[in-house]
Amino acid sequence: MSESQYCVVLFNSTSHAMHAEKICRKANIGIRLLPVPRQLSSSCGVCMRFFTPDKPKVEEELAANNAVYAEIVELDIC
Amino acid sequence: MNKNKPIYFDNAATSFPKPPGVAQAVAHFINEIGANPGRSGHRASIEAARVLFGARELVAQLFNVPGPNSCVFTSNATESLNLALKGLLRPGDHAITTGMEHNSVMRPLRALEAAGVSVTVVPCSAEGKLTPADVATAIRPDTKLVVMNHASNVSGTLLPVRDIGRVCREKDILLIVDCAQTGGCFPIDVQADMIDLLAFTGHKGLLGPQGTGGLVVGGRVDIAKMAPLKQGGTGSGSEYEMQPGFMPDAFEAGTPNTPGIAGLAAGLEFVLSEGVDAIHTREQSLMRNLIALLRDIPGLNIIGDPAPKTRVATVAFNIGGLSPSDIGFRLDDEFGILCRVGLHCSPAAHKTLGTFPAGAVRFGLSYFSTDEEIERAADALRAIAAGKSSS
Repeated sequence: MSESQYCVVLFNSTSHAMHAEKICRKANIGIRLLPVPRQLSSSCGVCMRFFTPDKPKVEEELAANNAVYAEIVELDIC
Repeated sequence: MNKNKPIYFDNAATSFPKPPGVAQAVAHFINEIGANPGRSGHRASIEAARVLFGARELVAQLFNVPGPNSCVFTSNATESLNLALKGLLRPGDHAITTGMEHNSVMRPLRALEAAGVSVTVVPCSAEGKLTPADVATAIRPDTKLVVMNHASNVSGTLLPVRDIGRVCREKDILLIVDCAQTGGCFPIDVQADMIDLLAFTGHKGLLGPQGTGGLVVGGRVDIAKMAPLKQGGTGSGSEYEMQPGFMPDAFEAGTPNTPGIAGLAAGLEFVLSEGVDAIHTREQSLMRNLIALLRDIPGLNIIGDPAPKTRVATVAFNIGGLSPSDIGFRLDDEFGILCRVGLHCSPAAHKTLGTFPAGAVRFGLSYFSTDEEIERAADALRAIAAGKSSS
């Protein structure tokens, strides 16, 4: 089974996405904000994409900084 | 110095001048970013959302708020107070306030009273002082919250917010604080001061543009039970026709004043880089000088306790036999000194201070005021009190 190359963090609020972006940039994790892919729930319209191997680090940083997010999903196509 | 240059002593109404970065930040947003924050996924929209979020972080830093998303932006402290009061109080609830409030608290409370909320106004002394034990005594089983200002917009008198915060925690009720006169020029720590909801305005001590403000909503507030003032687009949960229930979107429907908030962020950066303690020290020094000069003017009576430790740099006074409006007109017309006279939207405070209905003359100083301006103003008042004209 092949692993997806990317994951995205979905957020309820754009403000939450901005918070998560700042945290990850500070932690030097390669991330990018982009519109939520059509196949996913629309949530706030912006999601944060990162390379799947960074997932533990992303989760750890977001938790450590009390960032709020809806969920992290693997992207099949992106 | 230029004797013709107007002296702006109306900073308690709105601060002027602003740090240079404020206008630049507004222009930069309008000219270079422009987009609607969080409404689209493109780079300009994301950049606009970053501007808003950056401002939330600065507010959180200034007031020691645990998380930036606890800050809701509004158009001013009045809207923030309306949101807090109308969002939380229901018919049958009891609310407590003080005898030193501005109409931004009294009018929403009176409207709520007409709708079935009971209101107790705890009296203050003729110097504008509040005794915490009197607030504790006023608390009943149906009391939901206390709402109070941090400093009076009339006399500059500080109210004992932290003591009231302690009382509210002991009785398990909420504390709403209106920091319109203290934000940016007096230390505020929502955690240490035990403030549950902090209503701030952007255009006074935070040195931002008019039309900006906010409400910090603390962890003891159940936002599921706090009604928004308005519903509408948030750029989130767009598939639902119900207003989202999470912070800050729950209370931020409609396109915000992003250019104004960009300017507010620049004001906040200035305040944080100078330091609230340094701003406070400077304003205290200016106020000491002003009060010392005013006390030497025969017939001039300072409203409230003149002791600097009990107040912020807003000083109200009257001159025996002269009407405040005449004094204000002469200060402007003959001496180029801009201040505010009358009731300052605070009939309750003026009643407490014994200056209702005539009102008073008010000088509101700022970090940018100077001792030379204060001396010129004192000279003008000395001439007016002595019945002389400017020439």
